[in-house]
Amino acid sequence: MAAIAPTAGTARSARARSLKHDRRRALYWSYFFLVLFAVFFLTPPIYMLITSLKSSAEVGAITNPWWVYNPTLDNYKALLTSVEYLTFFRNSAIVSLVVVVVTMLISIPAAFALARMKFWGSATLATGVFLTYLIPETLLFIPLFKIFAWANETFDVSLMNHWWLLIIVYPTLTVPFCTWIMIGYFASIPKELDEAALIDGAGYLQILTKIFIPVALPGIIAAMIFAFTVSWADFLYPMAFTTSADQMVLPAGIVTTLIKGDVYAWGQIMGACLLGAMPPLLIYAFLMDYYIAGLTAGATKG
Amino acid sequence: MRRGGLRRLARRKSTVAFLLTLPLIVLIAALVIYPAFYSIYLSMLNKTLERLVGLDNFRFLFTRDTFWMVVKQSCIFAITAVLFKALIGFCVAHFVHNVPAKGQRKWRGMLLIPWVIPPAMSTLGWFWLFDPSYSAFNWLFVRIGLPAVTWLGDPLWARFSVILVNVWYGAPFFLIMYLAALKSVPEQLYEAAAIDGANWWQKIWYVTLPMMRNIIAITVLFSLIVTFANFDIVRILTAGGPIDQTHVFATWAFLQGIEGGDLALGASVSLFMFPILAVAAIFILRDINRRGNEAS
Amino acid sequence: MAQVNLRKVVKHYDETPAVRGIDLDIADKEFVVLVGPSGCGKTTTLRMIAGLEDITDGDILIGGDVVNDVPPKDRDIAMVFQNYALYPHMTVHENMSFGLRLKKVPKDEISRRVQAVAGILGIGELLERKPKQLSGGQRQRVAMGRAIVRNPKVFLFDEPLSNLDAKLRVHMRTEIKKVHQKVRTTTVYVTHDQVEAMTLADRVVVMNGGHIEQVGTPHELYHSPQTRFVAGFIGSPAMNLIPCGLEEAAGSLRLKMGNLAIPVPSDRAARYRGFAGRSGLICGLRPEHVFEDRRHLEPGQERFEAVPEVVEPMGNENLVYFPLDGVEVCARVDPDCGAQPGSSLKLVADLRHLHLIDDSTGRVL
Repeated sequence: MAAIAPTAGTARSARARSLKHDRRRALYWSYFFLVLFAVFFLTPPIYMLITSLKSSAEVGAITNPWWVYNPTLDNYKALLTSVEYLTFFRNSAIVSLVVVVVTMLISIPAAFALARMKFWGSATLATGVFLTYLIPETLLFIPLFKIFAWANETFDVSLMNHWWLLIIVYPTLTVPFCTWIMIGYFASIPKELDEAALIDGAGYLQILTKIFIPVALPGIIAAMIFAFTVSWADFLYPMAFTTSADQMVLPAGIVTTLIKGDVYAWGQIMGACLLGAMPPLLIYAFLMDYYIAGLTAGATKG
Repeated sequence: MRRGGLRRLARRKSTVAFLLTLPLIVLIAALVIYPAFYSIYLSMLNKTLERLVGLDNFRFLFTRDTFWMVVKQSCIFAITAVLFKALIGFCVAHFVHNVPAKGQRKWRGMLLIPWVIPPAMSTLGWFWLFDPSYSAFNWLFVRIGLPAVTWLGDPLWARFSVILVNVWYGAPFFLIMYLAALKSVPEQLYEAAAIDGANWWQKIWYVTLPMMRNIIAITVLFSLIVTFANFDIVRILTAGGPIDQTHVFATWAFLQGIEGGDLALGASVSLFMFPILAVAAIFILRDINRRGNEAS
Repeated sequence: MAQVNLRKVVKHYDETPAVRGIDLDIADKEFVVLVGPSGCGKTTTLRMIAGLEDITDGDILIGGDVVNDVPPKDRDIAMVFQNYALYPHMTVHENMSFGLRLKKVPKDEISRRVQAVAGILGIGELLERKPKQLSGGQRQRVAMGRAIVRNPKVFLFDEPLSNLDAKLRVHMRTEIKKVHQKVRTTTVYVTHDQVEAMTLADRVVVMNGGHIEQVGTPHELYHSPQTRFVAGFIGSPAMNLIPCGLEEAAGSLRLKMGNLAIPVPSDRAARYRGFAGRSGLICGLRPEHVFEDRRHLEPGQERFEAVPEVVEPMGNENLVYFPLDGVEVCARVDPDCGAQPGSSLKLVADLRHLHLIDDSTGRVL
């Protein structure tokens, strides 16, 4: 017995050591691959930043493209004094903010009704909201184009080529998803909470405004972030519906007006892209948890 | 009529509920359902939109090689890109999950950045990286003795490039979804599997994958829809070229419908997206339902 | 006056009946507990009184007025939910005053009432906290406070203690009783825990399968259950229910259980004589009426022998389980009587406390 015990002890500790060893090796490999993928994921934005800090001369020079020899902020200065670029920015900001408000005004009441007030056809409607995913914007832009043109001829309201037209069409991109995740958030609120409020004397609208909206606020913020980033990033609708520079929003504006086939403009183009990506990036940096909650809610709650 | 009160209340509840959903219904009906059907009507008109021509547009499309190329390229593009996004997302999610909890946030934050930058803008960055004469990749390649690549000029490389950029943009989304799913698998299951003698690979196969099945299915479905209908990346990188080799439905429909002025033909092209998407959706949703029923 | 009356109340969910016609009169200031297994309709009944479910048929009266069509907020009731249903984004004070604020009660009166109730419940220190910062017992108090502050005609409790751990549950039970003694509001309380029901209630309503089985004081239910269900449901450990027969021999009645034959006490004999020779009877005897052998036995107490299968020491007593005619019988014996599993033991059955049940009707004879 006495002879066996120590052997068993060493075997066990050797096992433990190898387990620890395995775990550490797995960790090192994880770090190795994470660094590899981080390089892959971050190369484009970093290269954009590098280019944006170069003067036109340096962009065209035959030097190491991955290094800035004479960093300059001229590209950014030029952008921030360019009336055209600032117009894109302003248009984007107004469109996105208004779309966020409109989306919330449509989604929250609808999600409340669908989550809590069972009525005739409510289940069908909820499924229908989900199924609108199957009709992407790339299918809708042509008929919408024709419909807006027709409205122009028939009622003499010129819809086409106005930045505010995007306020009308962007909700089709944001509302279904936001409604869907809000249904999920509302459904997770215990039913007793509305019953308690009902007994306390609240009506349905009071239950929505005084109980549901405050309780589901994190979800609402996540949905707002989603609506904002989608509106900010959309490219197809502005490409299809706006043509003159003063009516464009950022993505379409940069692509159609800044690219002039001139290689020396690339510093400025990259700066324009990075500046344009700033609002979503800042929101992401400061509200990362809400941003991610909004992304994942759709799938886990659906 | 003794029980009028509560019933009246219930009826009022229905009315209130209907009014609350009315804006949603109007929006979807007017700007999604109606245009979708209108698109079918459009696709049956002639080029000047004056005359019904039945299925002539489709017949015309079927005779054109470019159309079949677009069909093929759309499928290749969507399936390859989604496959790689899913794979990379799955692997990277595991790597992030492996590192100590306090470092995970940092890694996750860094790796999601491609998804946060509006794709139109990041694609321009790629476009500049692929520039025929100033490509920063080629500079590196030449330095280490490899031949320079014509990223967007050669049909094969152009196809590779659009898929690469799409994978770069979409993989972080998969990463986030899978990471959330990984976190929701109870640790005890792995402990139980370890006690049952499962190795690393068996744990993934018998515990992780079944537990993540629904999330994987839903993420693949969403991504398939979005990738299939992608416009930004192809439009900015290649605009369909070289010689129409990288066109997908969306960019070709845009070219025909908006730029070429043939709305009817554009509508018929874009309509081809719907059945393919619907089949994918039905397939995956049914699977989820079946799994859900088994679980409960 | 805030009595509650239920007249032939019926509730169907679609076609499935949940409550099958209930008559119940609850007096003003009375504390009534509805108890029964899950799915017996007790919670549905409570929710109908609250107005959260509409009733399929019958009438509900609160304070003498039919309230069938009155929405919950106008019924002047307050309800405490199982998960408390505290509004998570409001402080304790805001939670308690929400109903009053909706009714536009003046601010200083709200504040006075909240303070008074917080005093009764001992939560005065917590008024500015959010529910998340409270322990289970404190949340429970706040939920009660929210009900009391509105000064309703009727309190409704829906299993309010089942989310608490065992120790706290006993404590809060006493608190609820104290509060009721202070505010004397008519109370309807739903629970599946018969101990809670017995300790709290003025009268207990035992429900099963959408019916009322029996209404009575805790004492009545324990000592004279009227049905097999009540006999088996009330009391812990549960009453032994042993299939038996009655035989008459030489002018005396004997209870036959398996190979045992025990004489029925003479004062019960007259009551049971008509059932002699009948099969399908059940002998109901509580575990405390089967005990260890004693030197002196009263008339009606009879010795028998059994072989225990399991002995569970409880400290003050031992629970002994032995088989009898295919059922397991529980006896409560003195810890020092030497009961051992597998070795024969002399026990006494006290048939003075016998409940004879007709198995076909489920009624106690």
